[in-house]
Amino acid sequence: MNVEGLLSASIRYGTPLLFATVGEIITERSGVLNLGLEGLMLMGAFTGFVTAYSTGNLWLAFTLSLVVGALFALIHAFMSITLRVNQVVSGLALTMLGSGLSGILGRAYVGRPAVMFQPVAIPGLEKIPVIGPAFFKQDPLVYVGYVLTFFLAWFIFKTKAGLTLRAVGEEPAAADARGVNVFWVRYLATLVGGALTAAGGAYLSLAATSMWMENMSAGRGWIAIALVIFAAWDPLKAMLGSYLFGFIMSLQFRLQATGEVHVSANLLLMLPYLVTLVSMVLFSINESFRKRIGAPSALGVPYSREEKT
Amino acid sequence: MSSTLLEVRGIVKRFPGVLALDGVNFDLREGEVHTLLGENGAGKTTLMNIIFGLYRADEGEILFKGKRVHIRSPYHALQLGIGMVQQHFTLVPSFTVAENIALGTRDTPSRVAAKIRGISEEYGLEVDPHAKVWQLSVGERQRVEIIKLLYAGARVVILDEPTAVLTPQETEALFKAVRKMTSRGTGVIFISHKLNEVMEISSRVTVLRKGKVIGTLERGEFDQNKLARMMVGREVVMEIEREKARPGELVIKVEDVHARSDKGHIALNGISLEIRAGEILGIAGVAGNGQRELAEVITGLRRVESGKIEFLGKDLTNTSVIDRILAGIAYIPQDRKGIALSPNLSVAENLFLRRKEKKVWFNKREIFGHARRYIEEYKIKTPSPATAVKYLSGGNMQKVVIAREFSLDPRLIIAVHPTRGLDVASMEFVYRSLIKARDKGVAILLLAGELYEIFNLSDRVGVIYEGKIVGYTTPDPTPENIEKIGLMMAGVAV
Ligand SMILES: Nc1ncnc2c1ncn2[C@@H]1O[C@H](COP(=O)(O)OP(=O)(O)OP(=O)(O)O)[C@@H](O)[C@H]1O
Ligand SMILES: [Mg+2]
Repeated sequence: MNVEGLLSASIRYGTPLLFATVGEIITERSGVLNLGLEGLMLMGAFTGFVTAYSTGNLWLAFTLSLVVGALFALIHAFMSITLRVNQVVSGLALTMLGSGLSGILGRAYVGRPAVMFQPVAIPGLEKIPVIGPAFFKQDPLVYVGYVLTFFLAWFIFKTKAGLTLRAVGEEPAAADARGVNVFWVRYLATLVGGALTAAGGAYLSLAATSMWMENMSAGRGWIAIALVIFAAWDPLKAMLGSYLFGFIMSLQFRLQATGEVHVSANLLLMLPYLVTLVSMVLFSINESFRKRIGAPSALGVPYSREEKT
Repeated sequence: MSSTLLEVRGIVKRFPGVLALDGVNFDLREGEVHTLLGENGAGKTTLMNIIFGLYRADEGEILFKGKRVHIRSPYHALQLGIGMVQQHFTLVPSFTVAENIALGTRDTPSRVAAKIRGISEEYGLEVDPHAKVWQLSVGERQRVEIIKLLYAGARVVILDEPTAVLTPQETEALFKAVRKMTSRGTGVIFISHKLNEVMEISSRVTVLRKGKVIGTLERGEFDQNKLARMMVGREVVMEIEREKARPGELVIKVEDVHARSDKGHIALNGISLEIRAGEILGIAGVAGNGQRELAEVITGLRRVESGKIEFLGKDLTNTSVIDRILAGIAYIPQDRKGIALSPNLSVAENLFLRRKEKKVWFNKREIFGHARRYIEEYKIKTPSPATAVKYLSGGNMQKVVIAREFSLDPRLIIAVHPTRGLDVASMEFVYRSLIKARDKGVAILLLAGELYEIFNLSDRVGVIYEGKIVGYTTPDPTPENIEKIGLMMAGVAV
């Protein structure tokens, strides 16, 4: 089996997960839990595809999917931050809305091919053996993913704005008392998170394939939610986790295709979910583990000033 | 006379079912400590929350340095120069001290750290700027809160029951810092239920009762008795007269018990004690010497590593919590919001939570009837039995806990800081209830931070130090005896 090819595919499979995971990390760092990733990814994939199909402009397609993602996340932000409804319910509603809406609107586009992002080698870096072709001979969105991840890690842990974001997710009352506009920060984080998640979806229809299929995100939104926990709300670890999952997925396809190893395809398909499950169990096993890995303490808890908790 | 910093006029604040403030006037001058005194639920915290921009008044006006202001938020208040240390701290536990203080300012944490050192030194508020807040003790966290205000340049500093969680030494240090502040012209609003502290620090005292100002007195015009009288509207006897204990059979025997704290340190290091029916054993000691763990091994909330706990002759070591409740062990824990009560459930439901009936169904009328009885008997201030417990004031929450635990007809009561945050009248009530229980033959283990509470209630006094009882004495408040206890608390063998 060709290692370069396998690694290269791992990155490509991992990239949509990466976008969605870092997006959700931003949202959750502000204390908002958005379980609507699956719906957001589908809306992103659909918007991207339709724009690419009708204009042929890939970057416009990508940008519009960001906008639609943010608009969709606005629904969740309004429900959970302003109206303070249960965030789990609101997130699930978003998932259903996204998959339903994209399914109906996309019916006319099924099976039609559009343009897609092509690999661009980065001169110099691509010459590095094994690593070069795997990491630096990819489509532009993969590179966007690299830059985005490092930027977000720096933003969250090294900047004043990142400090504010984390404070809002940990102790909104403390942040409020320091003049931070908790509502505004949460809205912004939810919108940005939604946009990035939708970008993950757009990757599926603009770079991984050049088609639209109903439910083409195929559960990746849920995997991303687990990856957030696995990554302990740290974008760098999210990158590791996403590519690891990408590796598992591509390995599974390879093994299936070559038929060299006889492992049940169903078993392999289960693998990502199994890892998800294990990381969830580890996460919930006890409070101190949760604290240690840095879950935002106010995650999923709406904030209001006069309400005592 | 120095000039007025802050003045509020005719403040009215209504909550669903309660008139929390009813036309309150209050003012603060430069360089003074103005104490706000009042029973639980009198409206002290509510008034401060309005001044700090957390709540909005329904009526009335606020003047800051003579100008009328509408304080929209705590941030706005801080910008004006009004800061508040709330009863429940508002710090981010996972952040460092410097990060917490940098939050919401233009400065970076590293620049803040340097400035913190300067403030720490100036005011004698020692704290490590790079320590994570969750690692700090309560006293240290409070210092961080105060530094935060000084950092922001607050001219009005509100301290809401700051000493409730402090050791006597920490209180002294706090008072030193307060005097430093006032010497620079800062005005301090101080809230406390401890009259001796109020006497020590206040330039003026305003007494609130049921949302109304009863009066404001200048230094020299007030003494402890007068304040207590104004607060509750009658003379309070703090010397609880009681008969000599008549100890009966052995109720609880703790033998050579070892246990660890949450952090894994040895918290109980071979502790032994015995309590008989009809006596109160008071345990004195500096906070953090195993008091909490002692209460928890007896109630079954903490595992015993070695040693034995016998209750009425039966071995109870490491049995379940419910077995011990059924056997007759009642618990009044320190943390009333987390362990003792379910904040979102109603008063009635909370009162019902630990009842022994093995009923599958219960009817609403019954638990409400039950609740009304206790609300009346224990004078719990609540709009109705259906009100969620989280809306009660701290003192009234404690009454709910006490009512429920006493209703179990226990054989042993473990009371940890049973009057923390209670006003004088409620305190007296708790004391009387405990002594009544004792006289009915209940064994009581009292873990209290305040020595006077131990002297007021105990029949015997044990001193705990590093997870062991280091000695026993009588509850006589003579200078020699107090000195003896002090020495034992400090780990000096007597
Ligand atoms: N957010 C709120 N919602 C509803 N009622 C409230 C709220 N805050 C306070 N109250 C009610 O207002 C009254 C005054 O409460 P407050 O907390 O000001 O008392 P306090 O004087 O600080 O008492 P304590 O000494 O027990 O702290 C109480 O009856 C309380 O139940
Ligand atoms: Mg209060």
